[in-house]
Amino acid sequence: MIPLSWYLTVAAILFSLGLYGALARRNAIAILMGVELMLNAVNINLVAFWRYITPQELIGQVFAIFVITVAAAEAAIGLALIIAIYRHRQTINIEEIDLMKW
Amino acid sequence: MLQYSWLIPVFPLLSFALIVLFTNRYKNLSARLAVGAIFLSFLLAVGVFFTALGIEEPYRSAFSWFPTGKTSLEIGFMVDPLTAAMLAMVTTVCLMIFIYSLGYMHGDRLYSRFFAYISLFTTGMLGLVIADNLLLAFISWEIMGLCSYLLIGFWFERPAAANAAKKAFITTKVGDVLLLLGMLLLYFQTGSLTFETIFEAVNHLPPNIVLAAGLLIFAGAVGKSAQFPLHVWLPDAMEGPTPVSALIHAATMVAAGVYLVARTFPIFTAVQGHPALVPVAIIGAFTAFFASTIAVAQNDIKRVLAYSTISQLGYMMTALGVGGFVAGVFHLITHAFFKALLFLGSGSVIHGVETNDMMEMGGLRKKMPITFWTFLAGMLALSGIPPFAGFWSKDEILSHAFDHNQVIWLVGTAAAFLTAFYMARQVFLVFFGQPRNTEIHAHESPPVMTGPLVVLALGATLLGLLGVPADMPILGPLLGNNPFHHFVGEAFEATPFNPQVMGISISVALAGLALGWLIYGREPLAAGQPDPLERLGPLWVTLKNKYWIDEIYNATVVRGVILLGDLLFAFDFRVIDGLVNLAGKATVAFATLNERFDTYVVDGLVNLVGKGTVVLSTLNELFDTYVVDGVVNGVGKAANTLGRELRLIQTGRVQNYLLLLLMSLLMLTGIFLYQ
Amino acid sequence: MTLIQIAFLVVSAVTILAALGVVVGRNILRNALALILAFLGVAALYVLLEATFLAAVQVLIYVGAIAVLIIFAIMLTEGLMKRGRATNEQWWVVLVASALLAAILIFLVGAVEWQVTSAQIGGDPIANLGRALLTTYVLPFEVASLLLLMALVGAIIIAREREEA
Repeated sequence: MIPLSWYLTVAAILFSLGLYGALARRNAIAILMGVELMLNAVNINLVAFWRYITPQELIGQVFAIFVITVAAAEAAIGLALIIAIYRHRQTINIEEIDLMKW
Repeated sequence: MLQYSWLIPVFPLLSFALIVLFTNRYKNLSARLAVGAIFLSFLLAVGVFFTALGIEEPYRSAFSWFPTGKTSLEIGFMVDPLTAAMLAMVTTVCLMIFIYSLGYMHGDRLYSRFFAYISLFTTGMLGLVIADNLLLAFISWEIMGLCSYLLIGFWFERPAAANAAKKAFITTKVGDVLLLLGMLLLYFQTGSLTFETIFEAVNHLPPNIVLAAGLLIFAGAVGKSAQFPLHVWLPDAMEGPTPVSALIHAATMVAAGVYLVARTFPIFTAVQGHPALVPVAIIGAFTAFFASTIAVAQNDIKRVLAYSTISQLGYMMTALGVGGFVAGVFHLITHAFFKALLFLGSGSVIHGVETNDMMEMGGLRKKMPITFWTFLAGMLALSGIPPFAGFWSKDEILSHAFDHNQVIWLVGTAAAFLTAFYMARQVFLVFFGQPRNTEIHAHESPPVMTGPLVVLALGATLLGLLGVPADMPILGPLLGNNPFHHFVGEAFEATPFNPQVMGISISVALAGLALGWLIYGREPLAAGQPDPLERLGPLWVTLKNKYWIDEIYNATVVRGVILLGDLLFAFDFRVIDGLVNLAGKATVAFATLNERFDTYVVDGLVNLVGKGTVVLSTLNELFDTYVVDGVVNGVGKAANTLGRELRLIQTGRVQNYLLLLLMSLLMLTGIFLYQ
Repeated sequence: MTLIQIAFLVVSAVTILAALGVVVGRNILRNALALILAFLGVAALYVLLEATFLAAVQVLIYVGAIAVLIIFAIMLTEGLMKRGRATNEQWWVVLVASALLAAILIFLVGAVEWQVTSAQIGGDPIANLGRALLTTYVLPFEVASLLLLMALVGAIIIAREREEA
């Protein structure tokens, strides 16, 4: 029997990695990939909790499905944005996209 | 009846008030008011007189008027035989004079005022007579003094009249002050001003006090009754209208002095041997003789009568001085009648010839018969010819004097000689011979004036019979054994009947008349002819100039007073004003000092304060600039810097924001875990 | 150590290593491929958790759609493959923070007493899931479909080539 904490640990590590990727990378697409990682880690958490705490309920799975759905939509939009920005600025270096600075 | 006697002085007072307040414009009304009032007083006085004939004790009515500590001043009136007799005499004579004035003052611009004044005066005299205490007496005394001033100076536009009024007032005031001192002395010694109380108390006081009181009271009488040396005002008072002269200087005011001595007689007799009466007799006798000598040399018809009055008053004083109380009072009453008669008569003459100078007159016997005959009656009475009133009264005085002090009797008799002489002179100069001034067209006076003359003449003739000595054979008992004495002076010695004295008196009077006829009657003076007596040379001049007493007074008393005034003025000017100026200078100096102090010290301090304030404000400014503004600016700069620095947080990079989020989250978690 | 546990360990190791490969490295394409591997690893984990349908969905959508999309985007934005470094200025702070976060989370996971049940999944999971989606959770279902529609339309609009400059 795999303890729940193992799954959660894995999820935590994945989340942290994804967080690092989202905050420390310059490439916009790389940031997006980090976000996807974080979402996946969350999904693992959800399912693990569902499986070990309330397997009778379906809410865990349903929630995970919706997370995937939203992640997909968001990835689509995000990438569309990146492409649009690339067209305008010829760059996807996030450091250069700072019009909202001081 | 007697309880209403207080009304007697009130009627004239009312008429005075009414005239002054309401009827001044209505001349006839005012006059009639005055006459009516005095008439009422007369009626009441007569009633009182007859009622008083029957009483045993004097009637007194008083009430507490003025509380003064333990005691209170009482005020009231008293009726005793003396009072009753005086009341009757005063009202009768006044009535006659008032009626006479209707005619004499006719046409005068200040007609109403005249009647107002004489009414007030009458109130004063009647008040004096009826007073039962010294205070009321003194008040009445002073009212009379005031009215005398007003009436003598009635025609005040004439300087002579104005001066005469002042002289009268001031001269009598000398006596009044002494009288007041006497009153105070008595009050402090006896605690009361009521006659009755005082008369009782003086028997127990030290003799010196009583003597002093008596002398002081007599001094007042000397002033009022124009005795030497305060006689100088009376002749000058002739400047007033003749009715005034008659009223004041015959019947009433001058008699007031004598009356006062008579009223306060117990004070004079309280001390053994009557020392107070000695100066009374001496001054009285001297004055009687002295004045009669001056009367001889006067040319003014009224001046002769004035000196005559002085002389007669001296007789009365003499009488009182020798203890002849009744004689003095009797002469007072008879004198009132015949002197008033003489004055009114002279007024009639003046009215007719419009001059006072006897040298301008003459032969008026035919032109003014009534005046002449009545005047003659008066003259004979005054000279002391029996059976006229003056004889009986004067003789009584001389008899008393003879018994008392023969020197005084001699002086009195000599004066009687002169009296007869100068009266004869007057009558001959005025009524006999040819008119010396042909310009004058004399005429008899109207009945309103001659009527009173007649009435008074009757009095002058017949009144004396009331005082015939009881001891006189035939006449004495016939005429009721001296009813006057019986009425007025029961307590006193009976009038002695001295045939020798009487005989001498008669002879002396006749001698005087004869001499007068000799010089003036036998060959009446013609116009321009000088007075035969001028041959007496210096004596005549001295007499004519009244012994230069007025001049002496002027040089001494008047000058002295003026000098004193100058001295006091100088003192006031130099010393007092000097002090005031000094105070002023001191104030100025002080003010200057103050100014210096103010400028240097005070202003210095103020400026110092100002400078301090400036320094303070500079400090304040510095503080404000550097510190406060520094702080404020610093805050601003800090905010600025803070903002400048902090806005760098807005990198515009999401990753930075997220990192911050993450870090905050971690911190919170950390805190959470540690709890 | 049971077989399942070993299997789990292997899968987890692969997944973690793949994730590492996603966030490290300059070559973006290699990152994308690592991501695919990570996705597959997560799918395997779902299988281990007896969420078979979800594993299938994961592979279908994540690997089949999203990863492909990412590779497309990479292809279309080739600029960053060769120059500069891969990380930004704050990478070390983030490293520390992330490590810290990981540490905290792992600690927490270990510290809490999970109320684990040993119940089993009841019934036919897939049928139940379908029924649930269309009955109990029909609202989120519909909203999600709407969301997808919007995303679709939005992406097209955003990424459309414009004629003007």
